[in-house]
Amino acid sequence: MKYVDEYRSEQAARALSAEIRKATTQAWTIMEICGGQTHTIVKYGIEDLLPPSITLVHGPGCPVCVTPLEIIDKAVAIASRPDVLFTSFGDMLRVPGSAQDLLSVKASGGDVRIVYSPLDAVSLAERLPDKKVIFFAVGFETTAPANAMAVWRAHELGLTNFSILCSHVLVPPAMEAILASPTNLVQGFLAAGHVCTVMGYEEYIPIAERYRVPIVVTGFEPVDILQGIAMTVRQLESGTSIVENQYSRAVRRDGNRAARELVRKVFEPTDRKWRGIGEIPMSGYRLRREFSSFDAETVFELQDITAEESPLCIAGQVLQGLKKPHECSAFGTRCTPEKPLGAPMVSSEGACAAYYHFGRFRTRPAS
Amino acid sequence: MCLAIPGKVLEIDRTTQPTMGTVSFAGIQKRVCIEWVPEVKVGDYVLVHVGFALNTIDEQEALETLKLLSEMGDLAGELSPQVPGPADGSHGEDGRQESKDRPRRTP
Repeated sequence: MKYVDEYRSEQAARALSAEIRKATTQAWTIMEICGGQTHTIVKYGIEDLLPPSITLVHGPGCPVCVTPLEIIDKAVAIASRPDVLFTSFGDMLRVPGSAQDLLSVKASGGDVRIVYSPLDAVSLAERLPDKKVIFFAVGFETTAPANAMAVWRAHELGLTNFSILCSHVLVPPAMEAILASPTNLVQGFLAAGHVCTVMGYEEYIPIAERYRVPIVVTGFEPVDILQGIAMTVRQLESGTSIVENQYSRAVRRDGNRAARELVRKVFEPTDRKWRGIGEIPMSGYRLRREFSSFDAETVFELQDITAEESPLCIAGQVLQGLKKPHECSAFGTRCTPEKPLGAPMVSSEGACAAYYHFGRFRTRPAS
Repeated sequence: MCLAIPGKVLEIDRTTQPTMGTVSFAGIQKRVCIEWVPEVKVGDYVLVHVGFALNTIDEQEALETLKLLSEMGDLAGELSPQVPGPADGSHGEDGRQESKDRPRRTP
């Protein structure tokens, strides 16, 4: 497949591995933001290609993992209603709420359907005027334009039976929260390539300057990741801290302006709670007031729900790069992809699931 | 969830709202919203996420990266120590994970 296979080249990976080994003179901790990058790193054993002094820690960039328990409980409450058709991306269906998940609502007779695109949910609302069609709008900046387009389209079509349950999150405030924490270990970042495809990378420049941390916009294939690490190490070793773009085939400095403009018209920034981490100021999107009739939380007048996480789960520390998944006492025993305690064990992009599927036999200690 | 896949644009339909196109992903064809890539032409590659083209792939940039990587690849034999293949979770016939000194296939 063009633009994929060539970035899985063993020869290029070996050359980059050698370059990183040659350039590294001391210990460095680098965080990849995106769950898709975590998946590639663990699947392809990227850490085995690095010198032992480089530690990769896995960031909070998995929307499935950071969607708060309360929102999952709200989704379950809405999806359980007989007049509702609840639509979602497939990976949200098995995320445990405090009592059940969306898949068990479906098993009990609820109309819960997986859609490929938010526009498919709008089409369902057009075809089924007697149903209230809800789309579970989660995700980072990459997904925000698609969800904005669904609301925009429903607005243009005059649909009154379509709404979204919105729990959008944003990358830069989460990076700042990690860097500002007194327990922070991260010295360099691989920024999430597809988030930057939409948003560009100008907003990372002040973060790199303020915290003196190199930020390299990085793609998702193994060679992309290795090249991103090589560029980060080169900066760390030379004491520079600027924003660089490894993923230049897909990312322009100002992102995609048309997509950003639609996001700006439909959404506005808001404080957002992150599962396992807590509230981060202005770290999410909500619908603007003029689109409030498409907000499922308004449509269904849901009460605020408070829910407790499993006391065993250390997802919050994993998502901040403070612990590795296999350092959790429940990893692979009481918490597995079949019976997850926390969300990072659910999604294939969650660090815990990636370690469970690909990395649980690894012997290299997490430094 | 931020997965986005490159695909080749086969058809563009500017009569729809929003603008849609047919995109091939190694032979699998999908209808994709191309509203945000107005410059796109048939034969171009776009990066698609949940049914939306987020950007066109810049062939010149891709070639530059590959040229750099291939120049590095030429040096690999001289520079590289023995490095393991990807940890794809596969096991040897004895049920244990293959050891680092046994060469493995790149998936």
